[in-house]
Amino acid sequence: MTLQLDARIPAGPLAGKWDRHRFEMKLVNPANKRKYTVIVVGSGLAGGAAAASLSELGYNVRCYCYQDSPRRAHSIAAQGGINAAKNYQNDGDSIQRLFYDTIKGGDFRSREANVYRLAQISVNIIDQCVSQGVPFAREYGGLLANRSFGGAQVSRTFYARGQTGQQLLLGAYQALEKEIAKGGVTMFPRAEMLDLIVVNGRARGIVVRDELTGKIEPHLADAVVLATGGYGNVFYLSTNAKGCNATAIWRAYKRGAAFANPCYTQIHPTCIPVAGEHQSKLTLMSESLRNDGRVWVPKRKEDVGKSPTDVPEQDRDYYLERKYPSFGNLSPRDIASRAAKEACDDGRGVGPGGRGVYLDFADAIKRLGEDKIRERYGNLFEMYERITAENPYKVPMRIYPAVHYTMGGLWVDYNLMSTIPGLHVAGEANFSDHGANRLGASALMQGLADGYFVIPLTIGDYLASTKLEQVGADNAEVRAAVAEVERRTSRLLGIKGKRTVAQFHRELGRIMWEYCGMARDAAGLRKAMELIPQLREEFWRDVMIPGSGAELNQTLEHAGRVADFLELGELMCRDALHREESCGGHFRTEHQTPDGEALRDDEHFAYVAAWEYGGEGREPVLNKEPLVYENIKLSQRSYK
Amino acid sequence: MNLTLQVWRQPGPTAEGGLKEYKATDVSPDMSFLEMLDVVNERLIEKGEMPIAFDHDCREGICGSCGMMINGVAHGPSRGTATCQLHMRSFRDGDTIVIEPWRARAFPVIKDLVVNRGALDRIIAAGGYITAPTGSAQDANSIPVPKQDADASMDAAACIGCGACVAACPNGSASLFTGAKISHLGLLPQGQPERYRRALSMVAQMDIEGFGGCTLFGECQAACPKEISIDVISRMNRDFLRAAVTKPAERSGGGGDG
Repeated sequence: MTLQLDARIPAGPLAGKWDRHRFEMKLVNPANKRKYTVIVVGSGLAGGAAAASLSELGYNVRCYCYQDSPRRAHSIAAQGGINAAKNYQNDGDSIQRLFYDTIKGGDFRSREANVYRLAQISVNIIDQCVSQGVPFAREYGGLLANRSFGGAQVSRTFYARGQTGQQLLLGAYQALEKEIAKGGVTMFPRAEMLDLIVVNGRARGIVVRDELTGKIEPHLADAVVLATGGYGNVFYLSTNAKGCNATAIWRAYKRGAAFANPCYTQIHPTCIPVAGEHQSKLTLMSESLRNDGRVWVPKRKEDVGKSPTDVPEQDRDYYLERKYPSFGNLSPRDIASRAAKEACDDGRGVGPGGRGVYLDFADAIKRLGEDKIRERYGNLFEMYERITAENPYKVPMRIYPAVHYTMGGLWVDYNLMSTIPGLHVAGEANFSDHGANRLGASALMQGLADGYFVIPLTIGDYLASTKLEQVGADNAEVRAAVAEVERRTSRLLGIKGKRTVAQFHRELGRIMWEYCGMARDAAGLRKAMELIPQLREEFWRDVMIPGSGAELNQTLEHAGRVADFLELGELMCRDALHREESCGGHFRTEHQTPDGEALRDDEHFAYVAAWEYGGEGREPVLNKEPLVYENIKLSQRSYK
Repeated sequence: MNLTLQVWRQPGPTAEGGLKEYKATDVSPDMSFLEMLDVVNERLIEKGEMPIAFDHDCREGICGSCGMMINGVAHGPSRGTATCQLHMRSFRDGDTIVIEPWRARAFPVIKDLVVNRGALDRIIAAGGYITAPTGSAQDANSIPVPKQDADASMDAAACIGCGACVAACPNGSASLFTGAKISHLGLLPQGQPERYRRALSMVAQMDIEGFGGCTLFGECQAACPKEISIDVISRMNRDFLRAAVTKPAERSGGGGDG
């Protein structure tokens, strides 16, 4: 171990840590804030909220996104909702319960202090969003409505139809535009970060390629925040947007930021199944549907070819209700996904290739009427029908698990600072709060908690307690970083091989899904670790990128991202191989209970695996942050 | 299915563009329109040619990145559907499909089917927000909002900012886009303090950006992938008119930097 992993968790009782920390943090006085420049990469919930809030405080902010507008960040696609411990339903919710549910949902692999803070801040988020004009669903009395999500027995999820992420993002985006108009934020759309600039051990800027002109330039600052989302697209097919990528965090990793728990991947149980070879992405059907939909497959293999309406009630296996009677269809995502895979592996899957299960609304429609169901999920049902040409009001939906979220990410301390001083990481890009499995409606909560309420304070503490020297574009480390990006870009363009970027990406995805997907074992992971370097080598020898670097070149952009996925995929397999236990979304078939549930090994693996880049051609170094539970008793997770 | 495509190719903002013909063969009816273009692009790349540039990201109809004129119709033939959610089963074997970028003075072409929609961001920056700095909020349930108002606000807030309304409008007007934001915020109690100021500055920004005026053709609501009603334009006009007539002089003093 070479890194000092100090999580900098404040002392004192859990409930008072954040308060105490806020008092102990150093402040930058209002007149001095405008002397500091902060770079925020990414404009989703975490990045957009951080950029707007930092600017409101008075900092100079520069914000970057690869899309043509900050409003298009992939947070926009989150459907179901956002959790908060408001206890408006009087059903026994509390900060303590949200904290406990999140730790348990993450299969006891997250950091207590961070998760407790998240639960505390959750209530402020809802207040903030309502005051910005987020049109959350309401009851007739005018008060906010709630629904239930997986892994919880209370109703604490706030929502705006099936478009909660969109509405929350628009709130942050509008605040961001307000600050842009005021001059506090300079926005760089269609700009991609291709490297991190580290000067004297501190993050001092980024190297950016302007996607329209191809210009590669250094952008310098006093601190850098990465809020660039997750890396699910390493699997090629995922529910992520096509542009989602790991390049920013991967470049930071290669500059010295530790990468934590890369193998923790969330496979979401309810997505529209793959239709054919041409498939370019997968579409999620919100977990909220499991409030009213019942998941089933035929009991007998002979019945899988039948129309679902011809399978009588007694011949259906409502397997989630059968196996997990107390949580039923609202079991957590990792458990529901594995159960679907099991049913399909058993030959009882439905639809093309037998990779699908039914999500049936017939009972709910009988109970509540079609209108009520339309009000709750209308846009999701329409989306389903547009894609499949089937009417889910009449026939059950067919769904199958798909890659959705990555719990792993850059290692951060309590201040959300990585192992590189000055480099902060927020939202899905960090590893901090969800352990080995994220609960539904918690990603939006974490993104906004980080962006609105944590980063704006901890950045101030960093700046107030650090002496920074002047760094200009002529600095040797800055020039070297720019030269490195230029070299890499021209190398990619110079290959002029025979195979397309998408072909390599699809092939990598196939390897990852096969060997590092819903179920993993040592032999498969070793095999993947042989296949991936071979594919990487072929990529750098045979990829075809037409055109030049001095223009809008979407193939070049994609190639750079796939090149990084080809390295990250191997690290994910390495991490999955070393973690000789099953926990949450990481399921090693060698480690399971007699009834097929994940079997943790707390004695040996109750730690965060923080991988440190070892240099070109050398193996990465494993560092461990032990997870200490002072307030929660570790137990076998049960949803039965 | 086998199709013939006529696609607008334009290498750069100042270069001349024109329609170019491509064959799309073995198209599956289950493909989305963008997946069909992916296949065409893959073949172009294999030949070392530049693929057709188009904006896209989420491919589930919510990010608003994609958008093209398909046989002269913004987002193509399916009502309430963004280009990425349009599927090839909407076409027939042997069809010829003409694909062009959004056409509007305020949306200059960048390359092929990619246009610059930055003007829409600047309209939002002009006033499409509620000033509520982080940390200043009161409890979320302290102001009840009638369900009907919250629902109507949500209807307008569903706008994805794709620009189809502008592209469909014979005048190149952004009124549906702007009206949707003015309605989303104006229907909520939280949006009242800035309501009239917002209408004035957002409408003024539309003019600055070179969008045309609205003469109520109604093409915008027909093209909108979120089926936002043209009623939002009436609401914008009412707020604008009232603001223009009653505009109080803004005085400084008394606190606040607004």
